[in-house]
Amino acid sequence: MNARMHANAFALACALAAAGSGGAPAFAQELPAMQHPHQPAPSPAAPASTAAPAAMQDMAMPPASPPPPRPARQPVPRPAAPPAVALHTLHMPSMPAGTSADGRSPDYSDGYDRGSMPGMDMPDDPRVGMLLLDRLEYVHSRDGGHATVLDGEAWFGRNFDKLWLKFEGERAGGRLQDFRSEALWSHAIAPFWDAQLGVRHDFGAGPGRSWAAIGVEGVAPYWFETEATLYLGQGGRTAARIAVEYEARFTQQLVLQPSLEANFYGRDDPQRGIGAGLSDVEAGLRLRYEIRRELAPYVGIVWRQRFGRSRDYARGQAEPADDLQLVAGVRAWF
Amino acid sequence: MKHMIRDAGPSVGMPSRRRFVQGLALGGTAALLGGFVKPLWALDGPNQPHVLSGTEFNLDVAEVRVNYTGEPRLATAVNGQVPGPLLRWREGTTVVLRVTNRMRVPTSIHWHGILLPAGMDGVPGISFPGIAPGETFTYRFPVRQSGTYWYHAHSGFQEQTGLYGPLVIDPAHGERARNDRDYVVMLNDWTDMDPDRIYAILKTRSDYFNVRQPTVPEFTRDAATMGLAGALRERAMWNRMRMDPRDLIDVTGFTYTYLMNGATPVGNWTALFRPGERVRLRFINGSANSYFDVRIPGLKLTVVAADGQDVEPVAVDEFRIAVAETYDVIVEPHEDRAYTIFAQSIDRSGYARGTLAPRPGMQAELPALDPVPTLAMVDMMGALGEGGGHAMHGTQQEPMGMPGMAKAHHARSEFHNPGVDMRIDFPRTNLDDPGAGLRDNGRRVLTYADLRTIGGSLYPGPVTRDIELHLDGSMERFIWSFDGVVFSKAKPIHFRHGEHLRIVLCNDTMMNHPIHLHGMWSEVESPEGEFQVRKQTVNVQPAQRVTYRVKADALGRWAYHCHLLYHMEAGMFREVVVA
Repeated sequence: MNARMHANAFALACALAAAGSGGAPAFAQELPAMQHPHQPAPSPAAPASTAAPAAMQDMAMPPASPPPPRPARQPVPRPAAPPAVALHTLHMPSMPAGTSADGRSPDYSDGYDRGSMPGMDMPDDPRVGMLLLDRLEYVHSRDGGHATVLDGEAWFGRNFDKLWLKFEGERAGGRLQDFRSEALWSHAIAPFWDAQLGVRHDFGAGPGRSWAAIGVEGVAPYWFETEATLYLGQGGRTAARIAVEYEARFTQQLVLQPSLEANFYGRDDPQRGIGAGLSDVEAGLRLRYEIRRELAPYVGIVWRQRFGRSRDYARGQAEPADDLQLVAGVRAWF
Repeated sequence: MKHMIRDAGPSVGMPSRRRFVQGLALGGTAALLGGFVKPLWALDGPNQPHVLSGTEFNLDVAEVRVNYTGEPRLATAVNGQVPGPLLRWREGTTVVLRVTNRMRVPTSIHWHGILLPAGMDGVPGISFPGIAPGETFTYRFPVRQSGTYWYHAHSGFQEQTGLYGPLVIDPAHGERARNDRDYVVMLNDWTDMDPDRIYAILKTRSDYFNVRQPTVPEFTRDAATMGLAGALRERAMWNRMRMDPRDLIDVTGFTYTYLMNGATPVGNWTALFRPGERVRLRFINGSANSYFDVRIPGLKLTVVAADGQDVEPVAVDEFRIAVAETYDVIVEPHEDRAYTIFAQSIDRSGYARGTLAPRPGMQAELPALDPVPTLAMVDMMGALGEGGGHAMHGTQQEPMGMPGMAKAHHARSEFHNPGVDMRIDFPRTNLDDPGAGLRDNGRRVLTYADLRTIGGSLYPGPVTRDIELHLDGSMERFIWSFDGVVFSKAKPIHFRHGEHLRIVLCNDTMMNHPIHLHGMWSEVESPEGEFQVRKQTVNVQPAQRVTYRVKADALGRWAYHCHLLYHMEAGMFREVVVA
């Protein structure tokens, strides 16, 4: 299951990268202003009587005259939206297939524009934001060591475009060990998926590293919350990160959350203790109790495993190459 | 695992829910009056405190303090009341309504279901600029119809915060049948939360208010009874689709206190009768975002009007009332005892409740909430889900020889659109389905197939064209639209003045949508295309196709939208131009 998830996510990330190089994903969000096929071109002789809006205040009788439509004008035909990029294959595998090519026009305006009446208040694309502290936790290692971990994200924006910030860091022995921060533009590309493009910077032990980031985030079929991101760093460094989460609800408040995260690197970075290839995997199982939707304490166990040269580097630092941890923390969002 | 199906027992929920559901005995503005004053709106009964009748009305919109749950809040009230006063007009007169805004924000009142000139319709940005703070707007129009209607704000979320009230129009030539008593029963949903916050939460986490999500124990229980494979199969499609079969309504009893004529369930609004009398109950769903299933255990409900229009009487045990619909019901209690008027929300997360009683202070047994409904295959797959349903693989194959099968014609804008999470190619067209939660419940439940407007269509001429519109959405992103295009990105829909057209609505979502056309009737057709019932709000069930005729005889610009307030705000709204 997880292997397939990874494969999917990688395919997705690759498709995305391909799309990115070929220009912005071409999803039809703007309507092509097409004539309804059954409609003749609107007659320019549309009624031109315009009742002044002010006259509507406190008048003896309402206007019997027609409303204030502008004289009909020929809609400007725009090219139909090009077909979707490769992500189309991801779009609802269980849904009836279909293409936009044989679709009807959604435009029944016959060239009429919306009226000019002021006062409309219909915020269908509002600015919304959220701060999620997914994990604010105390970690107790098998060898008796302990650390604190902060993992979360914040976003702000509209329906299809958001500024997305991610952060994940660990503090142990009185200093910041590792801290990943990302700032991304997140753009909706499918009902359950956003494409993300931005930058990442790593703080903590060793020199800081900066990366360009491109990836996807969304909900895969069967409710797997998935993140898959590719990174390009200075001097030809590359990296990839996959994170998958699931929520199993035992009651309306008690939720078991398995999670899996894996990091890959294109080359060794001894100064940060990172080896090429699959560097580390972290599998977690956290049981949280939602006191409120927004506030949930939890306990859990986490297994962390380093691989390859990362494993060697860790041993060199007298750090465990693998660790079974007990964690306790709180999940909160605002 | 997450998102498992099957009915759970009633009543699971967050700890604080009971308080919300039950409310305070001294709810609403009654508390302001310093005593226990229940808003009894009998038209012909013993108590008629808040009725305004005649042709001239002065209505003041202002904020008032209310307390339904123990937490004081501000509500938007008309003449200091929530709901606002019952307005009683007479067909054939001309009414003048002076509405004064005594708040710091603009307001408006829309006369729901009333045929009137476009400038009097009360929708800011379409019919008029709204009523600015301190201003008075005078509505004046002839009354050309009779029946049960209502009025409400069309500004921001004021419809949620209390700006609504009942509207009853007496026929010019008397009622069709004599009734001994006549009561309005208005149903509303109150929340202590700021509706802007509710909207922001829905945009962030659309399942926030759903406290009936499928759970692991339900799955194990199913696996025990039907085998692991069966339990998995039943859940497979929903989980693959990332849909929750319990996602019946976006905002629930988790935050709502359901009101009957402004009274909480504990407040127990009471209507009096003498055994043997004919009592007319005018049900109005004036809520912002709630469907109710209404029944009075022990009494048959004879439905005599829908949306203000008389229908051939039909006796039922129960009916579902969509947001903005009205149903007039006759009951004839013969026993000298109390009866509970029970209106449970569609997701069984709460109820509004009142009592019919021979004397004040009585109450009858309160029925238990029904099991939490779970959507069926027909709610996801339309016609292909009938008879059990099969998984969809690739393209839906056109079923051969199935009667009443209609193919949906999707708009180009519904494809490759992150705001459209599903499309139904073969919607169901039958009107005789009471809907999820009411199917096979052992009671006779009203459906649209039961409703036949007396006298038939007002416009017997042929229909000259169809306009097909699809009800679309993304549950996850909380985006709602017609044809995948939200209001702010959409052009108006043009009706040619005088034409007789057919609206074809296909619901590509798994939620009900009550669709309301301002200014003109919606004459619903049977699946065979025959006239069925005249309405002002047409409910379209999940994966259903409903058609209705419109005579475009009202010049001007009109609102056309889903009457679930949060769906309307999220884009399921269009402007209609009749010219």
